[in-house]
Amino acid sequence: MKRARVAYGGAIHDAVAHPVGLQLEDGRVLAEDAVVWLPPFEVGTVIALGLNYADHRKELSKEVTIGAHDEPLAFLKSSGALIGHRGQTRRPADATFMHYECELAVVIGHSAKNVARANAMRHVAGYTVANDYAIRDYLENYYRPNLRVKNRDTCTVLGPWLVDAVDVADPHRLALRTLVNGTVTQMGNTRDLMTDIPGLIEYLSGFMTLAPGDVILTGTPEGVVNVNVGDEVVSEIEGIGRLVNTIVGDELFGRA
Amino acid sequence: MGAGLLAIFESLAHPHGAAVATDAPVARWSALAANQSGPAFMPPVRGSVYGTLLNHADALAALGEQGNGAPYKAPPRAPVLYIKPRNTLSGHREPVVVPADVPEVEIGATLGIVIGTTACRITGADALSFVAGYTVVNDISIPHASFYRPSLRFKCRDGFCPIGPAVVARKMVSDPNSLNVAISIDGRTVQRSRTDRLIRPVAKLLADVTEFMTLRPGDVLMVGVAAGAPRARAGQRVTVAIDGVGVLETPLVAADGR
Repeated sequence: MKRARVAYGGAIHDAVAHPVGLQLEDGRVLAEDAVVWLPPFEVGTVIALGLNYADHRKELSKEVTIGAHDEPLAFLKSSGALIGHRGQTRRPADATFMHYECELAVVIGHSAKNVARANAMRHVAGYTVANDYAIRDYLENYYRPNLRVKNRDTCTVLGPWLVDAVDVADPHRLALRTLVNGTVTQMGNTRDLMTDIPGLIEYLSGFMTLAPGDVILTGTPEGVVNVNVGDEVVSEIEGIGRLVNTIVGDELFGRA
Repeated sequence: MGAGLLAIFESLAHPHGAAVATDAPVARWSALAANQSGPAFMPPVRGSVYGTLLNHADALAALGEQGNGAPYKAPPRAPVLYIKPRNTLSGHREPVVVPADVPEVEIGATLGIVIGTTACRITGADALSFVAGYTVVNDISIPHASFYRPSLRFKCRDGFCPIGPAVVARKMVSDPNSLNVAISIDGRTVQRSRTDRLIRPVAKLLADVTEFMTLRPGDVLMVGVAAGAPRARAGQRVTVAIDGVGVLETPLVAADGR
């Protein structure tokens, strides 16, 4: 099943995929562009992974000081930074390098504490697509990547669908790609994750309790390029979804 | 947390056994919280909780020349924030487990600003009007020397963010930038600091944070801990006291429950 959360007709609804678009829980069938898409579930703690694909680690190697055998580089985001499918993301006028990151998002369905790798996948409710923007101009070397780079309003896009785990045969064999204005700029495959999904659940649940609705953004492969105001950025993961986002400028937000 | 607003007459708290958090006179909650045979409390709010790194002049000074060397290269420019996720929240007198793999934890005492109305791009001049009140936060960490990488394993253990006992309404706190903060371990005072040593005082901090990140009703922004955070072990009783805001007590227990 593919599930979504949308705003329509003055309320927030749960919806499922339908041949013409989506169907609300009350039976109404609607086109994709008739609703406002929200992140597809009630989001709890957002845990993101940095440098979890070897090729992306190499791409950033000039500025990276992490070795292959270090523990996963995990950081947190707050749910306030999230927006849904077909949303707008603000590019500040003073930014010189703002890039997308297409990532497989793993949604926790069952509480997880000290879960061994062999049992980890039972705790997964499903998967969605994340586009986790970063603005490198604001990087500082304290708790890097700092929240001003990674936890900005509108800069974490999630959706469109939460795809049930039972419907994904192998989450470690999914092609990812990003298209900017229709041109492919990033390609990868989840088989190249350095710490795979059970490894991440084992690592994280070893020191913190994961709860239903918590989500792990598993990292991005190489191919991050700057985006500009007006660009349409599409993040695709095979079998999971096609997440559309548009970059907008300061003027829409009343910032001169 | 959703939209809406959080407004407090005097003091909002949620003792165990009560169905919801309740607004009551400060004296009622402080008496109940001080009563050693009284109940433990839940965290008084459930929004997102943010910490601010190195916002205390003494803490930045303690970093000293290190701040200009590798890996930091320069002192912080914008506020450096971190998140205490929901698994870390605990309340007054709720026991917190010291993980079996560490001998002691670090106690970070800080004032928490509790947001009342959605705050986006607010300016210093009217920043305090977005504040519902203030609370006490004990930002517990496993001791770690480096601030270079985010440190979930050190800062995000279950229960590592006691908050409360109550949120005291903004109007009850005449100047949030002039408060004494004290940490006691087993009744002995081990650290005293003051909020007048903040690099970004409350209004300035709110303005600089909401430039890039909206804060919502019920969210908590910690102003930052002082230098030389004391350490404590399982079996000890830690209290963080802030003038006029509250006394937050945390029993530390061993992983096996003793």
